Amino acid sequence: MDASPQADQDLIIKVRDLVVAFGEKTILDGLSLDVRRGEILGFVGGSGTGKSVLTRAILGLVEKQGGTISVFGTDLDSVSEAGKRDLEKRWGVMFQHGALFSSLTVAQNIQVPMREYLDLSPTMMNDLAALKIEMVGLRPDAGDKFPSELSGGMIKRAALARALALDPEIVFLDEPTSGLDPIGAADFDELIRTLQQTLGLTVFMVTHDLDSLASSCDRIAALADKKVVAVGELKDMLASTHPWVKSYFRGKRALARMKG
Amino acid sequence: MTTTLSNPAFEINFAQDQATIVLTGEWTLDHGRRLEGIMRQLPVSLGEVRKASLDLKRLDRLDTLGARVIEQISHRLGSDGVKVEMQDASERHLTLIGAVRHRNEPVVPPRRSRLVELLADVGQTVVHAGQDLVRGISFIGEVVVAIGRVMLRPASFRWASLVTQLELIAFRGAPIIILITFLVGCIVAQQGIFQLRRFGATAFVVDLVGIITLRELALLLCAIMVAGRSGSAFTAEIGSMKMREEIDALRVMGLNPVDVLVVPRILALIIAMPILSFLASMAGLFGAGLVSWIYGGIAPETFLSRLQSVINYRHFSVGLIKAPFMAVVIGAIACIEGLNVKGSAESLGQQVTASVVKSIFMVIVLDGLFAMFFASIRF
Repeated sequence: MDASPQADQDLIIKVRDLVVAFGEKTILDGLSLDVRRGEILGFVGGSGTGKSVLTRAILGLVEKQGGTISVFGTDLDSVSEAGKRDLEKRWGVMFQHGALFSSLTVAQNIQVPMREYLDLSPTMMNDLAALKIEMVGLRPDAGDKFPSELSGGMIKRAALARALALDPEIVFLDEPTSGLDPIGAADFDELIRTLQQTLGLTVFMVTHDLDSLASSCDRIAALADKKVVAVGELKDMLASTHPWVKSYFRGKRALARMKG
Repeated sequence: MTTTLSNPAFEINFAQDQATIVLTGEWTLDHGRRLEGIMRQLPVSLGEVRKASLDLKRLDRLDTLGARVIEQISHRLGSDGVKVEMQDASERHLTLIGAVRHRNEPVVPPRRSRLVELLADVGQTVVHAGQDLVRGISFIGEVVVAIGRVMLRPASFRWASLVTQLELIAFRGAPIIILITFLVGCIVAQQGIFQLRRFGATAFVVDLVGIITLRELALLLCAIMVAGRSGSAFTAEIGSMKMREEIDALRVMGLNPVDVLVVPRILALIIAMPILSFLASMAGLFGAGLVSWIYGGIAPETFLSRLQSVINYRHFSVGLIKAPFMAVVIGAIACIEGLNVKGSAESLGQQVTASVVKSIFMVIVLDGLFAMFFASIRF
């Protein structure tokens, strides 16, 4: 997994020997992972194995006990408060259940980071919010709706629009297609692909969805035994000998999918 | 990645009736105001040309805002009758500019005049108040029916829930209620002695404090405290259950939320209020006695014997009779507001506030009605 120096610049996220523990319980032990610029990386793992913990550790929401995490080439341990804020402008996060602010409309939700970080006139902000709403495939009148008035799929799209508010270089998606019907999930995969191409995004996607992994991810990383046990394209996953990876990608459900 | 930020700018080179606009710098969100300035300024400074080409060769960076600005500029020029074309744009820039083109015109909400809105607001408030009243009465009816069901089949009643609520309302609430009525008893006695001393009628403070505490003060303070402590808790508990569809889950299991959640709470309040009100009366009288002794020089024996001659069973029972009614009002309002919570966290907050405000208001209104009633039957 050693990267050559010139490839190092193309690494948006570099995690080395990460250790995260809650009390006595070690969740991640010696985990290393790279995310390259411009790729869609799918991150899989069994329930409760620490997929979200890794995401939260990268985002600084969970404290780590050891190892290093660098984002955009900056080590998160040595970064100043101001540097941290600059980093936060360059990533967007879509939480599993949307985490939209329930007291604000969709358009206001999208404008929250804009208000915080940018100097824009209200007209321009409304225009941009309307643009993001349209880009994620919501109807224009969705902007005036409150999160409680939206369906599950619309919440996911609105959350994605908010994650894209500041034109981030990387977006973290936590189970973007969970709770969507297969058609909605396929549309969402397609949307992420399109956005990634038009905006030149890097996407870090935690997912369980075999279809998303097959259709939209450039690379896949599998988490088991507290570390990343396999990284690569789908065919590398299928060739892996690790028992968990084998049962995940070559289990009954997976095989049924791959045949189709 | 460049660390120096270069401001977005443009240069115009005129050639006959045609202009080449060279865009330079970073057309990104960080330069929002400047880009908005350019968006207004550029079409104006173009003058009378009929053809313009946008040169994107020297563009350092472009994001959705920059692309949107470029799109808007070319749109505006186009509608002024200027022919616009892109020059030396990279594939990525063109995709981005294409992506930010609005397909739908933004919807402008229709505006109504201020006066109409004001009148509509007032009307709506009146209608809501009427609906509240109707809903409150029908809800109390529902609770009575549910209590009737419980009486017919006591085995189905949730005794554990009743006991828990009793503990939360009465046992945990008692110390603060006792403390507050004790202090208010002290204050009323002190003020009474201070004013009555001028007429040499200090002893009458016992009548004053005795009657006011037993008939009104203890119960009112108690009801206000319970509305603030327990009413708000009921609304928040039931409201958050409503938000997470737990109430719907109860319904589909064939359980009536009124039976499960409301009846135990209201019954617990009906039992707890007289007890708390009694404790509050005693604490108030104790405080008054203490102050009368220390500040007014009325010995405890004198205080007690005078209290005995002034207070009769009627004064004492007035407070206790009112207590269960207050309990029903507080409980019903708290539960209705809880069940009215919509999906958002903000709505939960609004409903809890409404619950406390409405129940304190209704408690005082009810107390006034009782005062008129008791006065007219000379009780």
